[in-house]
Amino acid sequence: MNEKLLKSAERKEQLLLTALTIPALISVTLIIVIPVGWLFSLSFLGKSGDFSLENYQKMIVYKSYFRVFKTTFNVSFLTTIFCILLGYPLAYFLSQVPKKLVGIFMITVLLPFWTSLLVRTYAWLVLLQKKGMINNFAIDMGIWETPIKLAHNLNGTLVGMIHIMLPFMVLPLYAAMQRIDRQTMQAASNLGASPIQAFWQIFVPLSLPGVAAGSLIVFILCLGFYVTPAVLGGGKVIMVSMQITAILEDQFNWGAASALGVVLLVTTFIFLLLASRFLKLDSIMFGKH
Amino acid sequence: MIFSFKKFFYATACSTLLAGSAFADAVTVVSWGGSYGKAQDAALFTDASRDSGIAINRESGASMSKVMLQVESGAVIWDLVVTGSGGAANAAKNGALEKIDFNVVDVSNFLDNTYTDYCIGSDVFATVGAWNTEKYGEPGTPGAPNSWADFWDVEKYPGTRSLRLNNVDGVLEPAVMAMGIPPEEVYDFLSSEGGIDKAIDKIRELKPHISVYWKSGAMQAQLMKDEEVDFITGWNGRFDNAKKDGAKVGYTFNQALRDYDCFAIPKGAPNKDLAMKFLGEVSKAKYQANLPFHITYGPTNKEAYEITTAPKELIEALPSHPKNFSKMLAVSLDWYANNREVALEKYMEFLSE
Repeated sequence: MNEKLLKSAERKEQLLLTALTIPALISVTLIIVIPVGWLFSLSFLGKSGDFSLENYQKMIVYKSYFRVFKTTFNVSFLTTIFCILLGYPLAYFLSQVPKKLVGIFMITVLLPFWTSLLVRTYAWLVLLQKKGMINNFAIDMGIWETPIKLAHNLNGTLVGMIHIMLPFMVLPLYAAMQRIDRQTMQAASNLGASPIQAFWQIFVPLSLPGVAAGSLIVFILCLGFYVTPAVLGGGKVIMVSMQITAILEDQFNWGAASALGVVLLVTTFIFLLLASRFLKLDSIMFGKH
Repeated sequence: MIFSFKKFFYATACSTLLAGSAFADAVTVVSWGGSYGKAQDAALFTDASRDSGIAINRESGASMSKVMLQVESGAVIWDLVVTGSGGAANAAKNGALEKIDFNVVDVSNFLDNTYTDYCIGSDVFATVGAWNTEKYGEPGTPGAPNSWADFWDVEKYPGTRSLRLNNVDGVLEPAVMAMGIPPEEVYDFLSSEGGIDKAIDKIRELKPHISVYWKSGAMQAQLMKDEEVDFITGWNGRFDNAKKDGAKVGYTFNQALRDYDCFAIPKGAPNKDLAMKFLGEVSKAKYQANLPFHITYGPTNKEAYEITTAPKELIEALPSHPKNFSKMLAVSLDWYANNREVALEKYMEFLSE
């Protein structure tokens, strides 16, 4: 009797729990599944409106599409590397300063993070352009004589993107570094390691999950970048999102634009899949140990 | 706390109704940003709205692809939209525009080839080569550039260049003329076997000198003001206005590409009839006659030239003035209708190299 009651109670609870996930399921379906499915189906529609592979065939016939993907991955990769190089020392510094001071230094990381991306991008243009502040200053000071091309190219794009992406690298890095037990470093010294040895053999390996998390976030966000390369690239750095806009704005070709979106989505998934084989994504993303 | 759908529904419905009634009789007029939209406000829209009593909402960011999107999704919110002649032709072909009612819009005094069944010319403009006058001299002075061949001549005119991004309109013709082909044969050349490729090869020659690609008229002006580039293609009125703002810029109408902008009404526009009336109003000579004061684009209504109070120098600076008219190449809508897609794909390919 009791057992039966317990069982039915258990079943009720299970049903209730399942029911509780329904709103989440509905919203995921509405927000993600349907639009992405629609994107996929649009990409298989030809000019005439029938099923066709022409949008994908075009990507093979015209080299521009391949080049645009190459540029996108290249820019994202370089941005990620530079973010690690700049972000690691910064995060290390943040993890070492006394707790009371962290807030103040954190503001310097977060303040740009809270400023509009568009504003920061145009600010870089003002600084980097031919008659911009940096060139004018350097020429007035006699550091160089003719303006150096700082913007409207790959370098300008990278500068802007690294600046915008840096917080996305620093925050997970800082979180990972904070979790590192200080006593492990002391133990290393106790066992005769020099500070440099202790850093490389103890601290760096323990901070790697943070590096992986930051790199993944930065890299994947970079793949979809639009504003910064559009403004600072001067039309020479064409990334996938810009190509999609161009196709929509100018050719009004939803099929071709969707196909590009699909390919970008799929390559990103493949990239994540590969990453998850080599890294323990769960522990990186959700802080499990 | 229970969220009340009823309340929410009523609130939404009421606010929609209110918003709807506030704008029910206002025509949404959409133009471009920068000095172009401002010039149209000053010369055309404000006065035409006051005289006709038709209220308008002014918006910026006009684009035919947005119009087509609105029409396709059945959610048209624009009534009267500014577009290039080519964009209008393409949108009309796709069934996205309302037919013009010529009983409401009087085109009897219009210049030839400045209107179609789906769009009414607002102004005549030219795609010109413009340069930094401090570097290459004032237009018309000895040694100053005077042709597209000069645009390509980086030895005589060393410096940076700028061409259009992601859009092939007005990109290939200059390259063909720079090859020494006379203006009247440009479209025959481009239509011939391999013509487009040859034009793009010519642009490729210039690639090392192209420091930035422009995306809009506002950007053309900005690039010249900032002295970011020395020689650029673009729309003549933008450069005159940049000059007024202090930019050291000049251009020539020699071998320039003559074209017109126009007004179109999206299919199923919410205030279609009122928009047609307003279109009839702004197309009147008395408003167009004021346009040259604000931007050097020529009126499409011939009567405007007779009644305008603009000084002679200003009238002579318009692309539609007979003195300039004959020096230019008229943009061929036919050629673009047949070749635009392929040409654009090839140009995009070049851009990604």
